[in-house]
Amino acid sequence: MWTIYPYSLVKRLYAANFLILFCTMSALIQASHLHRYYTDTHAVNDVSIELHQGDILGLLGPNGAGKSSCMQMLCGTLAPSAGHIVINGYDLLTHPGKAKQHIGYLPDKPPLYAELSVDEYLGYAAQLRRIPRTQIKQLRDQAKQRCGLEDYSRRLIGNLSKGYQQRVGIAQAIIHQPDIIILDEPTVGLDPLQMREIRKLIRELGEHHGIILSTHILPEVQAVCNRVQIINRGQSVYNESMQQLLQNSQLKLRLQHAPDINQLEKLPGIESATEIDRGYYILSGKDTHQHAADISASCVAQGWGLLELSPGENSLEQIFLQLTTSEQTSENAA
Amino acid sequence: MILSIALRELRSLFLSPIAWIILAILQALLAWKFLAYIDLFFSLQPQLIKIQNAPGVTDLVVAPLFEFSKLLLLIISPLITMRLISEEKQTGSLQLLLSSPVSMSEIVLGKYLAAVLFFCITILLTALMPLSLSFSTDLDYGKLLAGMLGLFLNITAFVALGLYMSTLTRQPVIAASSTFGLLIMFWIINIAGNTDGTGENFFNYISITQHSTQMLRGIVYGSDIAYFILFCLGFILLSIRQLDSQRLQS
Repeated sequence: MWTIYPYSLVKRLYAANFLILFCTMSALIQASHLHRYYTDTHAVNDVSIELHQGDILGLLGPNGAGKSSCMQMLCGTLAPSAGHIVINGYDLLTHPGKAKQHIGYLPDKPPLYAELSVDEYLGYAAQLRRIPRTQIKQLRDQAKQRCGLEDYSRRLIGNLSKGYQQRVGIAQAIIHQPDIIILDEPTVGLDPLQMREIRKLIRELGEHHGIILSTHILPEVQAVCNRVQIINRGQSVYNESMQQLLQNSQLKLRLQHAPDINQLEKLPGIESATEIDRGYYILSGKDTHQHAADISASCVAQGWGLLELSPGENSLEQIFLQLTTSEQTSENAA
Repeated sequence: MILSIALRELRSLFLSPIAWIILAILQALLAWKFLAYIDLFFSLQPQLIKIQNAPGVTDLVVAPLFEFSKLLLLIISPLITMRLISEEKQTGSLQLLLSSPVSMSEIVLGKYLAAVLFFCITILLTALMPLSLSFSTDLDYGKLLAGMLGLFLNITAFVALGLYMSTLTRQPVIAASSTFGLLIMFWIINIAGNTDGTGENFFNYISITQHSTQMLRGIVYGSDIAYFILFCLGFILLSIRQLDSQRLQS
C-alpha cells in the first residue's frame, strides 16, 4: 500500500539523511587500509584508524609493532606506501597544509630546540602553525598554563629536566588548539606524579579534542582511554571501546573441593571456565562482576568450599598478551 | 613562513658560540691580510707613480682581499651549512617542521635564507675594511660593489651545495666534509681542462673559480650571474626533492 507523505516530512527525512551523512563525514581522522614498507619489511599492513570527537584512542602494541609508523603517517611526516588518510574532511595527500593545521603531534622524541627558551620555542611552534601574530601570546600562555609551565617561560629548554621537556613537547602539540592531538608515548620518562598530571591533562583535553596516544603501559590506557586498538606485527588485531572491553570481564575462583568444570559454566553470568591449577579457575562472561554475589552464594550452597573469589587479572593485559603472543608462538611452532 | 623559519635558524646560530667564533676568526685573518696588502701597496707606490693608468688601491688592495675572503668563506661555509637540516634530523626537531602546515620548499628556502643572511653579515664586515680607506683616498665604488656581488654570489652557491649535502645525512660532520670536498672539486675542476685541450670549455664552464675571479676584480658578466643562479636553483630543487622523497623512503 502506498502512503503519500506530506512534503514537510519528506524534507525532514532528507535532512535526517544529510545529518547522518554529515556525521559519518565528520570523523576527525579516517585512515583506511594503510600500508607501509621499509625496504623489505612490511611494517604496517592494512591498518585502518578512525577517530571521532571526544575519543581518546589508545594504540597498543609491543615494541616495533608499527605504532609509531602509523602515527607518523597520520601526521604526514611519513608517506604511506598505500592507503588513504582524511583529516577533518581534508585529504592529507592533496591538501596537506589544511589537514596538518588540525593536527598537534608529539613524536616519541620531543622535537625541541635546546638553545631556545620555552617562550621562544612555543612562539615558533605557533608561527609554524600559521597562527596570527596577535593571538600568539594568548595561546602560548594558555598552553603553558595547561602543561604547568608558567614558571619556566624564560628557561632554556636544554636545561630542563626530561619531564619538563616532555611537557614542552605536549604544549607544542596543543598550542594551536588542534582538533586532533597525536601523542607518541607521552608519559615515557616521567616520574609517577608527573605521569598522573599528564594523564589528567590528556583526559581534560579529550573532552574537546580527539586524541590518539600510543603507549605500552597498559594501566595507562585503562585510566585514560575510551577506545583501544591493538597493533601487532603491523596489523590491527583488536579494536574495541573500553566499555565493551570491561564488559567481558573475568573472575578468579579458588575452591577446596573441585567440582566438574561443566558445573562451573552453569553459574550465573558465566560463559566459560578454565582450570589453571588444581581447584583454581578463571571464569569469564559478560558483566561477571555484577554476578559475583550470586556466584559466591551458589558455590557455598553446593558445598565446594569457597576459598577465593576475586576480580580477574587486568583483562586488557590478558587480551593484549593473548593477541600479541599467540601468533608468535604459532609461527614459532610452524 | 619562510622568514619565520629563517629567523629562528639565525637566532639559534647566534645563540651558540659558533657564529661568533667564525665571525671573529674571519675578521682577524682578513684584517691581517688587509694590513699586508696595504703595506705592499705602500712599497709599490713609488713605482706606480711612474706608470700611466696605474692600478689603484681598489685593484691592489680590495680585489686581492676579496679573493682571499672567498677562499676563507669556502673553508668556513660547510661549518655553517652542515647543521641546517642534518642536525634537525638528528635531534628529531625536523618532525615539528614536517608535521606543521609548512611545505617542503618553505622549509628548504627558510634554511637557505638563514645561511645566506649570515654570510651577508660576513661580507658586509669584510667590505668595511676597504671602506675605511675612503677617509684618506678615493675608492672605485663600482669595483667594490662588483666585488661584494661576487662574494655574495659565491656564498649563495656554497650554501646551496652545503644545504643539499645536509639533507642527505643525519651526521653534520659528514655533511660538512662532503660539502668541503665538493666545493674544492668545483674550485679546481677547470685544471683538468687546462692541462690538455679536450673538454676545456666544459670544465671551465662548471668551475666556480672561472665565474667569480672576474667579478671580484670588478668585471660583471651576465653569464657569470646566470651560472650562479642556475647553480643555486639546481641544488635548492635537489634539496626539496630529497626531503620529499625521504618522507617516502626513510
